[in-house]
Amino acid sequence: MGAHQPQRLDVGGAIDRSRAVELVVDGETFTGCAGDTVASALVANGRLRVGDSIYRRRPRGILSAGVEEPNAFALVNGEHNESMVPLTSLELVPGLDLTLLDGIGVLDQKVDPAEYDKMHVHADVAIVGAGPAGLAAAREAAATGARVVLFEQDFRLGGSLLADPASLVEGVPSELWVERVRGELEAAPEVTILTRTTAFGSYDNNYLIALEKRTEHLHGTARDGVSRQRLWHVTARQVVLATGAFERPIVFADNDVPGVMLASAVAAYIGRYAAVPGRRAVVFTTNDSGYATAHALLRSGAEVHVVDAREAGPSARVGTAAADAGLRISTGSAVVGIDGAQAVEAAWVAPIDDEGALAGPAERVACDVVAVSGGWSPNVSLHSQRQGALHWDDALAGFVPTVPVRNQHLAGAVLGTYWTEGCLTEGRAAGLAAAAASGFAAEQSGRTSGSEVDTVAEERVARAGTTRQLWVVEGRDGGYTTHFVDPQRDNTAADVLRATGAGMRSVEHVKRYTSISTGVDQGKIGAVNTIGLLTRVLSGEDTRAIPPGQPGQDGTGSRAASELSGIPAAPPSKPTPGAIGNTTFRAPFTPVAFAALAGRSRGELFDVARTTSIHPWHVAHEALFEDVGQWKRPWYYPRAGEDMDAAVARECRAAREGVAFMDATTLGKIEIRGADAGEFLNRIYTNAFKKLGVGKARYGVMCKPDGMVFDDGVVLRLEEHRYFATTTTGGAARVLEWLEEWSQTEWPELDVVCTSVTEQWATIAVVGPRSRDVIARMAPGLDVSKEGFGFMEFRETVLASGIEARICRITFSGELAFEINVPTWYGLKVWEDVAEAGADFDITPYGTETMHVLRAEKAYPIVGQDTDGTVTPQDLGMDWIVSKTKDFIGNRSYSRSSHQGPGRKQLVSVLPVDRSLRLPEGAQLVERVALGDYTGEGLPERPIPMLGHVTSSYHSQALGRSFGLALVKDGRDRIGQTLIASFLGRFAEVEVADAVLYDKEGTRRDD
Amino acid sequence: MTDSTLTIEAPEGAAGSAGGAGGTNASASGADVGRAAVLAHRRSPAQDLADEMTQGSGQAVWLRELPFLTQVTLRAQPDGPSSEALAGALGVGLPTRVGEVAGAIDGIGVAVLWLSPDEFLAVAPDEAQTGVSPEAWAGRLSTAVGAGPGQVVDVSANRTTLELSGPRARSVLEKSCEIDLHPRAFPVGTAVVTLLESTGVIVWRTGEETWRVMPRASFTTHVVRWLLDGMREYC
Repeated sequence: MGAHQPQRLDVGGAIDRSRAVELVVDGETFTGCAGDTVASALVANGRLRVGDSIYRRRPRGILSAGVEEPNAFALVNGEHNESMVPLTSLELVPGLDLTLLDGIGVLDQKVDPAEYDKMHVHADVAIVGAGPAGLAAAREAAATGARVVLFEQDFRLGGSLLADPASLVEGVPSELWVERVRGELEAAPEVTILTRTTAFGSYDNNYLIALEKRTEHLHGTARDGVSRQRLWHVTARQVVLATGAFERPIVFADNDVPGVMLASAVAAYIGRYAAVPGRRAVVFTTNDSGYATAHALLRSGAEVHVVDAREAGPSARVGTAAADAGLRISTGSAVVGIDGAQAVEAAWVAPIDDEGALAGPAERVACDVVAVSGGWSPNVSLHSQRQGALHWDDALAGFVPTVPVRNQHLAGAVLGTYWTEGCLTEGRAAGLAAAAASGFAAEQSGRTSGSEVDTVAEERVARAGTTRQLWVVEGRDGGYTTHFVDPQRDNTAADVLRATGAGMRSVEHVKRYTSISTGVDQGKIGAVNTIGLLTRVLSGEDTRAIPPGQPGQDGTGSRAASELSGIPAAPPSKPTPGAIGNTTFRAPFTPVAFAALAGRSRGELFDVARTTSIHPWHVAHEALFEDVGQWKRPWYYPRAGEDMDAAVARECRAAREGVAFMDATTLGKIEIRGADAGEFLNRIYTNAFKKLGVGKARYGVMCKPDGMVFDDGVVLRLEEHRYFATTTTGGAARVLEWLEEWSQTEWPELDVVCTSVTEQWATIAVVGPRSRDVIARMAPGLDVSKEGFGFMEFRETVLASGIEARICRITFSGELAFEINVPTWYGLKVWEDVAEAGADFDITPYGTETMHVLRAEKAYPIVGQDTDGTVTPQDLGMDWIVSKTKDFIGNRSYSRSSHQGPGRKQLVSVLPVDRSLRLPEGAQLVERVALGDYTGEGLPERPIPMLGHVTSSYHSQALGRSFGLALVKDGRDRIGQTLIASFLGRFAEVEVADAVLYDKEGTRRDD
Repeated sequence: MTDSTLTIEAPEGAAGSAGGAGGTNASASGADVGRAAVLAHRRSPAQDLADEMTQGSGQAVWLRELPFLTQVTLRAQPDGPSSEALAGALGVGLPTRVGEVAGAIDGIGVAVLWLSPDEFLAVAPDEAQTGVSPEAWAGRLSTAVGAGPGQVVDVSANRTTLELSGPRARSVLEKSCEIDLHPRAFPVGTAVVTLLESTGVIVWRTGEETWRVMPRASFTTHVVRWLLDGMREYC
C-alpha cells in the first residue's frame, strides 16, 4: 500500500492497495491508492482540512464525496493550470500537483495546449447515470438491440452501490453485479458506455450535451490526437434519467468546521475507499438514511453517537438494527454547536422543540467527525432544464419530478426511490419502455410489469421513513451568522434573513440578494435548504406575493381560482417549500471549460480560409493577403525593398500604362435560367435586362425594398433564357438567398431557377492599354479588335492551350480590360499562361489594394465600403441606372420625400489640400464655420453638425496626389467648397470635387 | 453501373473534341490541342495535399481525393416534364427524397443525388475515364430538357470529392457532422448536404466503410486539414 495511510482500513473498498499513487498538495506529498479520488486519498491520510472559505476565510474541510462539493477545490498545476477542480470528483492519478484554493480560482492566462474535440452521435436510448437504476435500464434497453448510450460522471459504474460493495444485488455482491452488467453492455454491439462523462445540458428534442474526460487517467500514455476532453452531442429518441439524489446538510451553528461532513459521504469514504474520516463520530440526522452511515462507522471501528432530530426516532426496521448494533441515539435532539476551528473537537447536542429551538441543556460530545443528513433532494437538474414539472413531496421532504418530460423516463432516486430493489425495478421498466418507444421490443416481455413499478411508487414513503423538515437549528447564542446555507458563497441563515428583511420574497430574489446557489456547485448544497429557511421566516401572506411559475411551486391554479371566486383562501400560517418553488435549473450541471466548448476550432482550424485555384502562385510570388470574408485575397505583391505604397504605385502604373492582371475568382457567380429569367432580373435589378442581347453584358445594381443599394455586379446573357450574374465577393451567398426568396415566395409564377457557380469558374482580369495584346496571344482564334469585340460583350472561345474559356470585356478600373473565365481546374494554368503571354509587356500582378485605388479614381463604388445600407443609386450619382419605365424592388421608395428632398448624403471625392495627406477612412467632414473656436482639444461646447464621412481614401498614382471618396450631405452642390476633415484630434482642409477624378470622358476603356 | 447514356469511351477517342457540345461557339479557334493534353492542365483542389493525406492516413482510416468527377446540377420540379426528360437522358430516375441516391449508389457509374426538392447533383466519373466532357454531358442533358423549365449546369469544378475510408472513418466524420451516420439511419447509398463543423459539404456513403465528402473548391484545403486532424488519434 506504500506510505502509511493512517485512516485507511486494511480491507474492503474498491481501491487497489497494490498500486500506490503519490500526490502533492501545497508541496506536501501524500500517498493514496489507485481507485481513490484526491479527496478519499486525503481522508485516508487523516486530512479533512482544505482551503479557507471565499470571503470570511473560515477553515473548511471536505464536505461531500461528489460533484456537489462546496469546499474542497484545488488548482491543478501543470502545463496549463486548471482552477477550481473539486477534489471529491478528481480521480487520483500519478503526477498530480495541487494547490488548495480558498473558494475562488484564477484563470491561467497561458494558452491551454491540450486538445479538446467533439463527437456527435444519435441513440435510441440515452441513459444518464450508472447506478442500479441506470444499469438496470441500460441492460434491458441493450438487450433489445437498441442503440444505447450510458453516461456516468464517475470513473466507476455503480452509483450508490459503490458505497457498499458488499451489499447484495440480485443475490450477488454489488461489486460483482456491476461487473456482470458491464460485461453484458460491453458485449452488446450498439452500446456506448461513457464513464468520466457528465451529461451537463439537456435541450429540446432530447438533445444532450456531455463532457468526457479522456486522458488524465491514462498517465500520459494517450496517443497523439486523443483529446483531453470530448464534448458529446447526443440526440436520443428516448432518455432515461437515473441521476440519483443529493443529500442535504443541516443548517446549524458552525456547521462548516472541518470534520462536518455529509453522512452519505462518510459512508462512501468508508465503503468505497476504505478511508475513515473519524474515529469518534456524531451522526446528526433528520431521517433514517443517517443510520447506514452510523453502521458503517461502527464497522470501521469508530465510536458513534446518533443525534436524531425526530422526536420518535428511527422507523421500526432501522431502530431494531440500531438497537442490535448497540448504537447510542439521542432522539428529538440536534447538534447546536461545534467546538474547534481547524477541526471538529466536539459537538454540542441538545434537545430541540418543534420549531428547532433549544429545549434543554446542551451536552458536549467529544468527536472528530460530525456526519449530517438533512434529507435528500432528487437530482432533477436535467429534468428541470427541460421544464419538467416538479412538486414538493412533503413526506419525502424533497422536490420530485411530477411526470417525465415527453420521451423521457425517470428511474431510481431521482423519483425519491431510495432503496436498491426499487431502483432496479424502475430501471428495468424505464429501459424497456424507452427501448419500446424507440421501436425496439424486448424479446421476452413481462420481466417488469407496470404493477411492480406502481408498487415501488407506493412503497417510497414507507421505505424512506419519516424525514423531519428541520430547516434551521437555533444556536446557543441566538445568532445565525455561522449557520452556513451555501458554504461555497459563504452565505448563512443570517444572509437569508437579511434578504427577507429587505423585502425579498421570491426565491429568485433571495438568490440574487444573497448570491446563494451562484457558486461552483450551483445550489446543489444550499438551494433546498434556502427554500426551507424561507418557509420558516415567511408567512402564508408573504408567499401569496411570490409570482407563480417557479419550478416546483404548487397551487398557482387553485390560487387563481380562489381569487376569481372572490373568496380568498385562508393562507396557511407556515408555507411549505412547494409554496415557494425552486430557482431555475440551467446548464451546465457541472462546470465546463470554454476550451472544451471551442473544440478543435482554434488556431489554424479556427475558421475556413477560402483560397482560389490560383492561390499557390500568389504564395510563390510573395503576395501579402487580405481577408475578404473568409477568402484570402492577394493584397499586393511587394518586390524586394518595396513598401506597400511603392508596390501599389507600381501596380497602378502597370494597369494604367501597360498591362496588369488580377485574380478575380472570388466574385460571386450565379447562373439563372427560365422563360421568365429576363423578367425576373428586371424586377431584381434597378435597370433592365429583358432586352439585353445574347452575347452582351450589363452592369446592374440591386436594391432592398427601401431603395438602398444591396449589391452590384455584371450580368451576361448566355442564351435566350439563360443569364450569368456576378455579385460582390462578400455578397455571393446573400444575393443567391435573395433571389431564391423572391422567386420562391413572391413570384412563384415566374419560370426561373438559380444555381451558384461561384466555385465553378476562375476569373482572371487582364487590365491596361496592352491587355488586348495579351488576350490576342491567349486566344488566337478570337477577334479582339475594338470593332470585333465591343465593350460589355463576351465571347466563348478556346485558348491556345486548348482550354475552353469565356472572355468578357468588362472594366473595374476604367482601362481597357478583359476577364477570362475558365473552370477552376484550369485557373492556375491559364493564370500562368497570362503571365507568360504578358511577359514581353512586363505584365504585373496586382491585388485588392490596387484594385481599390483604380476603381476609386473612377468613383466605382464598393458596396459595403462606400455604401452602408442607407445609400441609394441616386446618392452614388447613378441615376442613369435606375429605370423609369419598369418596376423593380425598391422602386416605390424613390417617391418618398426622404429619398427626394435635399440633405441626402451623396458620393463625391475629397481632395486634401495637403496633397500627400491620406485621410483615414471614417474621418468626419464638417464646415469650417461650424467649428467656432473649437481647436480639437477636449470636447467641443456644442455638438458640431457632421456633413458626412470619408468612405475610401488612397494615394493616386495617376493623379500624383491623395484623394478620397466621401458621402457628404448635398455633396454634389458642394463641389468646389472646402470642408474640414476631423480625425484623431486633427483638422485638415479638403476640397469637395466631382466623384470621378480620372478619365471623366471614359475614353480609356475603349483604347 | 446502371444503364446510362453516359458512354464510356477510350480517352484517346476524345482527342480534338475540345469545344464539345457545351453550346460554345468555339469552332473558329485555332486550337488543335489533343484533349488528353488539355486535361493534363487541370489541377484538382486537393492536388497539393496528396502527400499530407498519405502521411495522415493509417490502417484504421485513410483519406484521398477523387479528383475531376463530372458533376452537373439539375433543377427540375419532381413529376414535371423536365424531370422525366432528365431521367430519360440520364438513364436513372431522379431521387425523390432527402438522402436518396439514384443510380450508382457506390459512386461507380452515374449517380444522382437529392439536394433539395427540385435540385439534384448528377455525378459521373472523370472525363479522362469516360471520354465525355462535363460540358458535353451537360449539353446533352440540357438538350433533353429543351425549352422546358428547370436548369442544367456544369458544376464539375465547383466541388471536389474526398474519399474517407476505413473502420474509423465514421468516427472521424462524427467528430464534426451532426447528422446520424449510423448504418441504420445512413445506409450505403445515402447522401446529404450538411455541415462539417462550419463548412458546408455533401456527405455520401458509398460503402460500409467508405464515405465521400464533397466540399466546394475553395474550402477544400480547410476540409482536408480538418479531416486529417480528426484522423490523428486513429492513425
